[in-house]
Amino acid sequence: MDTISTDVAIIGAGGAGLRAAIALAETDPTLRIALISKVYPMRSHTCAAEGGAAGVIKPDDSFDMHFDDTVGGGDWLSDQDCVEYFIHEAPKELLQLEHWGCPWNREADGSVAVRPFGGMKKQRTWFAADKSGFHILHTLFQTSLQFPSITRYDEYYALDLLVDDGRCQGVTAMEMRSGQLRQFHAKAVIIAGGGAGRMFPFSTNGAIKTGDGMAMAYRAGAPLKDMEFVQYHPTGLPNTGSLLTEACRGEGGILVNKNGRRYLQDYGMGPETPVGKPQLKTMELGPRDRVSQAYWHELQKGNTVSTKWGDCVLLDMRHLGEKKINERLPLVRELCASYLQVDIVKDPVPIRPVVHYMMGGISTNTKAATPLPGLFAAGECACVSLNGANRLGSNSLVELLVFGRRAALSAIEHIQGLPASNAAALNTRAEETQSRINELFSRIDGTESMSALRKEMMDTMEKNVGIYRTEEGLQEGVSKIHELRQRYRNIILTDKTSVFNTDLFQALELGSMLDCAEAVTVGALARKESRGAHQRLDYVERDDKKFLCHTMVYHQGLDVPRVDYLDVVITKSPPGVRDYSGDHK
Amino acid sequence: MTPMKELRVQLEVLRYNPDTDTEAHFQRYELTCPEEWVVLDALNTVKAEIDPTLNYRWSCHMAVCGSCGMMINGTPKLSCHTFLRDYEGTVIRVEPLAHFPIERDLVTAPDDFMEKLKRVKPYIIPKEKKPISEGEYKQTPAQLMKFRQYSMCINCMLCYAACPEYGLTPSFIGPAALTLAHRYNLDSRDGGRKERQEVVATHEGVWECTFVGACSEACPAHVDPASALQQMKITSSIDWIVEHLIPGGNK
Amino acid sequence: MSRRPLVREVPPTSWYFHRPTYLRYMSREITCIFVAAYCVLLVVGLQRLAAGPAAYEAFLLGLKSADSIVFHLLALAASVYHAATWFGATHKAMPIQIGENFVQPGVISGAHYVVWLVLSFVILYLAGVF
Repeated sequence: MDTISTDVAIIGAGGAGLRAAIALAETDPTLRIALISKVYPMRSHTCAAEGGAAGVIKPDDSFDMHFDDTVGGGDWLSDQDCVEYFIHEAPKELLQLEHWGCPWNREADGSVAVRPFGGMKKQRTWFAADKSGFHILHTLFQTSLQFPSITRYDEYYALDLLVDDGRCQGVTAMEMRSGQLRQFHAKAVIIAGGGAGRMFPFSTNGAIKTGDGMAMAYRAGAPLKDMEFVQYHPTGLPNTGSLLTEACRGEGGILVNKNGRRYLQDYGMGPETPVGKPQLKTMELGPRDRVSQAYWHELQKGNTVSTKWGDCVLLDMRHLGEKKINERLPLVRELCASYLQVDIVKDPVPIRPVVHYMMGGISTNTKAATPLPGLFAAGECACVSLNGANRLGSNSLVELLVFGRRAALSAIEHIQGLPASNAAALNTRAEETQSRINELFSRIDGTESMSALRKEMMDTMEKNVGIYRTEEGLQEGVSKIHELRQRYRNIILTDKTSVFNTDLFQALELGSMLDCAEAVTVGALARKESRGAHQRLDYVERDDKKFLCHTMVYHQGLDVPRVDYLDVVITKSPPGVRDYSGDHK
Repeated sequence: MTPMKELRVQLEVLRYNPDTDTEAHFQRYELTCPEEWVVLDALNTVKAEIDPTLNYRWSCHMAVCGSCGMMINGTPKLSCHTFLRDYEGTVIRVEPLAHFPIERDLVTAPDDFMEKLKRVKPYIIPKEKKPISEGEYKQTPAQLMKFRQYSMCINCMLCYAACPEYGLTPSFIGPAALTLAHRYNLDSRDGGRKERQEVVATHEGVWECTFVGACSEACPAHVDPASALQQMKITSSIDWIVEHLIPGGNK
Repeated sequence: MSRRPLVREVPPTSWYFHRPTYLRYMSREITCIFVAAYCVLLVVGLQRLAAGPAAYEAFLLGLKSADSIVFHLLALAASVYHAATWFGATHKAMPIQIGENFVQPGVISGAHYVVWLVLSFVILYLAGVF
């Protein structure tokens, strides 16, 4: 097996991975950086983010307000030292992107423009029309091209971390076009592999979001944190699950039920605000968890609209007018027109909540370090505990910048004065990966179909780990996912070709998703309270006595994982009431 | 609830397996799909239910990641944005993107594009450097609009598959990469045009373009690369005139 | 068992039959032959004029032949088509930005037609047609 020696290996070349690579290259041009990704960087799912990125920049805003919005939005499960670090770094990172050429929308005087976003008390979301993530990703990717010390390994599927002497020292990855396995020996590894939304059948996430990075760290001994917090975005296209950005509501779009009632006022987000004049942090600009949960209640009451795509509510943007829609929401108009054949200028668009984001992930601290020495993580795959129990829209694009950079700086600290690695030991680890792949290829007695298993997993997650959860449903989810993990050992590959074998990669991705799914179900079953995106019908209240803590899930091979807890860091904001009733009291 | 109308779909997909094939060949698949589906949905159903050995790239399913470019009935398209309803009653022929080597089935090797993208220096070369602490570079909405259209490129490479010039002369830097060079040239924050001209104002650059215009027809992001390239020819011509015909212009 | 990328050659002499866009492009390019041929004819006319009245008379007589009239009609049609394709494309090469917006393509190509008409009338006027 070929060995590639490098200083820092980064797994994932989306927003967080690219930001980390650039930070490494800028800080120390002598470092060798290996940027490994299963897709070309510009295919990474950062490109699908639409609305924008939050950072305090305008004179009427303050760090304290961004802090309060984030901590309250996260239902007090955010680590407050982390939030503090984040809010101060956010504007610097967004300005850095501006200097690198990101085409942010502007005010008439040439300064950066901001827009309102859900759960934010002030306008602080920087945006590039409704393609903010796309522009951030391409700006980072194109900027990265000027650094010769960044060597990209595009379309390399990372398999296992190489751990020896108690620290992470590399990774194995398969070159997808040849099927050759390579081992990367590195002094530090940064995982920036994105989320795992594809374990659900109805998701805004692209096909690549299969939790490979999370599962890789988890299998290597790093705990997954707060995995039960899965964000449903309130406004997904009902057929494809494509995201309609929160900016639809930020710009003034309203949500109505089949009776034309703006039903959010019935769920603690009222009273009603004038149509087309959105007020911050209330009604349609409530937080995502609450808005998605309101849909569920409307469904129970029979207030949803029955469409050929299932039960929906309506997002009405007609009053915004064609000019504003074309200027601020061109992608939304195009998506609705082509996939639903609805022109948002003329008609309301049916929508329903859709799985969007994992608040949980590889446990990291404010330095983006995992408990496994030498391993760092950033972006959606990490849980640095910025987002707590519910992420506010437009915090995550900044998160991947702030903690992508932070992971790079921490990696540089880590590699100073490191003892020499034992290449033979690493090689032995890598051969274990090779054996695992060989076994999969040579297996002839497998009986399980990969696509059938995947469908069972998705159906289980949708049925049992949705917006509202119960003990009974979660029990069923835990045992079903556990069963699927056992059956997974028995899957059979149809395709035995070495070159670009997507049958193989889908099988490996399914393995990652099953690992993540087990952590989600186990964590959700154990958390007997309702907080943020984790809502239990049998434990309807938040329980700060027992559960003001992070769920830590540890991999135990084929056994059910071990669950432990870690206290939330509270510095200045004790748990309080989430108030989304606007200015009216 | 109105039931979803369904279509009988016939796909003819180009297959190539380097382990076993010397030539590519077409394979026929027949399936029933909801009429609002796209070609990619049909391919996904084939892969999950009929033939797991079929290979292609895809991710976002919303025409922004640029992974799923294919030739559909001879025209370069994003398969996630090509609707079955537009091909009702016909056989849909699906091939890998033209002008790129086929790795396997519908998967092509984009190495040449990636290399060319890097050559045009698609990043800000600051006109004047300033630290982050001094805030943003001011840019008016009009200055932004000047280049914004050209910043929309999703690197899907449909324009390369559409461009006969690139097919005939592979050294041509090509529509998307040149357009990104233009995007940065037009940016009020950038001062790197001279550096880029060395690469783009050449016979492998804009002067290889004969303005067929197929790139702009193919572009799913409405970037209009043909427009960018013609504008670059004009600036390149002005550069030449200034340098060669105006006394002192070559300084 | 390894990579063996399959390279497909573009047929160098028949590629333009593959897509309507390519055919339209070739027709635009081919019509320029008529434009060039007409330019050659004008140069020949000048040369005849310089050679004396008899030569010029013979040249004018030649223009009245059936072949010549067919050629002129063809050249006119080709030139009009050629001009129209370029007028239609000028907004791409020379976009005009006013504030945040760009002038509509139709306005730019329309302006070309207007200038074309005006110039044609001026030339006809100078030639004594009116």
